[in-house]
Amino acid sequence: MVATVKNGSVGVVEAQSCTFAYPPDELVLENGEKLGPITMAYETYGKLNADKSNAILIVHALSGDAHVAGLSKADGSVGWWDEMVGPGKAFDTNKYFVISSNVIGGCKGSTGPSSTNPKTGKPYGIDFPVITIRDMVDAQRHLIDHLGIKRLLTVSGGSMGGMQVVQWMVSYPERIKSAIPIATALRHSPQQIAFNEVGRQAIMADPNWQGGNYYGGAPPANGLSVARMVGHITYMSDISMAEKFGRRFKNERQVFKFTPNFEVEGYLQYRGNNFVKRFDANSYLYITKAIDYFDVTEGINIGEIFKGVDARVLVIAFKSDWLYPAYQSQEIVRACKLAGIEVTYCEIDSTYGHDAFLLEITEETHLIRYFLEKVHHGELTEDYEI
Amino acid sequence: MKSNHTSLENRVIFDVVKPGAAVLDLGCGDGELLALLEREKRCKVQGIEIDEQAVYKCVARGISVLHGDIDTGLPEYRDKSFDYVILNQSFQQLKQPDTVLKEALRVGKDVIVSFPNFAHYSARAQIFFKGKTPITPSLPYEWYNTPNLHFLSISDFTGYCRRRNIKIEQSAFVSGGKRIGIFPNLLALIGIFVITANGG
Repeated sequence: MVATVKNGSVGVVEAQSCTFAYPPDELVLENGEKLGPITMAYETYGKLNADKSNAILIVHALSGDAHVAGLSKADGSVGWWDEMVGPGKAFDTNKYFVISSNVIGGCKGSTGPSSTNPKTGKPYGIDFPVITIRDMVDAQRHLIDHLGIKRLLTVSGGSMGGMQVVQWMVSYPERIKSAIPIATALRHSPQQIAFNEVGRQAIMADPNWQGGNYYGGAPPANGLSVARMVGHITYMSDISMAEKFGRRFKNERQVFKFTPNFEVEGYLQYRGNNFVKRFDANSYLYITKAIDYFDVTEGINIGEIFKGVDARVLVIAFKSDWLYPAYQSQEIVRACKLAGIEVTYCEIDSTYGHDAFLLEITEETHLIRYFLEKVHHGELTEDYEI
Repeated sequence: MKSNHTSLENRVIFDVVKPGAAVLDLGCGDGELLALLEREKRCKVQGIEIDEQAVYKCVARGISVLHGDIDTGLPEYRDKSFDYVILNQSFQQLKQPDTVLKEALRVGKDVIVSFPNFAHYSARAQIFFKGKTPITPSLPYEWYNTPNLHFLSISDFTGYCRRRNIKIEQSAFVSGGKRIGIFPNLLALIGIFVITANGG
């Protein structure tokens, strides 16, 4: 089933993959363990130019995947940032070659806990090694090597995607010409870790979780669904919930029944139940843990984090985002300033909460389009329009 | 945020800045001056601006800009990390001009300050004869909607520099698109100063 291709869409896209880190050359992870072989699912849009200077890497958030734009050939679904990636859009595929991959530890085609462990012939489950944001970025670097790209024009993403952007700046400064971290942080805060822990406990408390060995049987759907519900609360804001649901009831008011009768309850349950169909509970555990471990400030002065980075940086935050508050983005800006990096920061006046990075398309498009143009050409070649 | 009478003073500031310099503009507005400095003089420019719409305009001009408050935006810069720090018509709008100027002198080798002169003869006349808060081309606001928090004269500023041991390297005075040579505290609508920390 393939829907009609919309104007400005990259059209129908096919998932691709590459496999590397075959033993004995496995990827050495941050915790010292080895992982291999590793398969990375990815998609590309637009054309790589002759000198390979127009490549952009888009990195996804907690539950995202490689399908960032266009219509999936496999199931007709629209990409998660389709409004931002395509001909004439912020990441203009008429000008740029856009790459997007699924993180390791994920469940959308890249190697993760639901993949087969070559040593046992069974899914890894919780034998999968603990991975970090740095490991995710190391794997992406292999993909960029595989595609023959020496230096990315930019790497961009929001939330956990933004952490990967920050990690690219730290791990491979020489491989990026610019960076666009959105609604993210230099380190995960105790409050952020706390919300993730509630999600993990919900999954592990589900009897179907079975210590992670549920593959082939019923998955811990209730636990994963609750984890996702908690997540969705943190992605919205007080105002956006009031505007979207108010105190409205779904149907007739049923007093003293614990069925979801408020609209907000119905929404969360719907989101939770839908998520179970497309996401693996163990991946949720591994990825949230990777996010929680993220801290590029550990054991280092904030002024040293981006030392040696020769890239322009665009940092974007949102006023109503209380999960990744603007002060965390400002901390990224501070680290850039101390490192002498040319940095642009904008705090977009949005009421959508953390979800804003997926929704405030007009403002993000304006910022990113001109920023990229400047990075790519050194000056603005298009007419100045405001 | 800025008055409409900035073109000559922008030109004066533009002429002061040496080619290739690193420039930080505090309260850069829509980035017009920085864009000019980058394009014509190949300066390395950075702006700070509190108004979100002005930030979008800066980005559309290709300027690196930080959306935020100048009153708190400076501590992260290292000493003398810019050749020039500019406070172009934003100085009188700061909550703490004293603190910010001290910081500006720390992070910039030279600081360029421009502000509307409260002691211009027409302002004096309005206070003296009408007994009203003056409105002049450089102070175009009513008392109830002005973004200006501090009202200073050219003499106030030179006296301040003396007391703070700040060295005035250059000064220029403008009124109605023309340079003023004599009696600036009486005749100039806008004063522009290039200052440095004495002995720093």
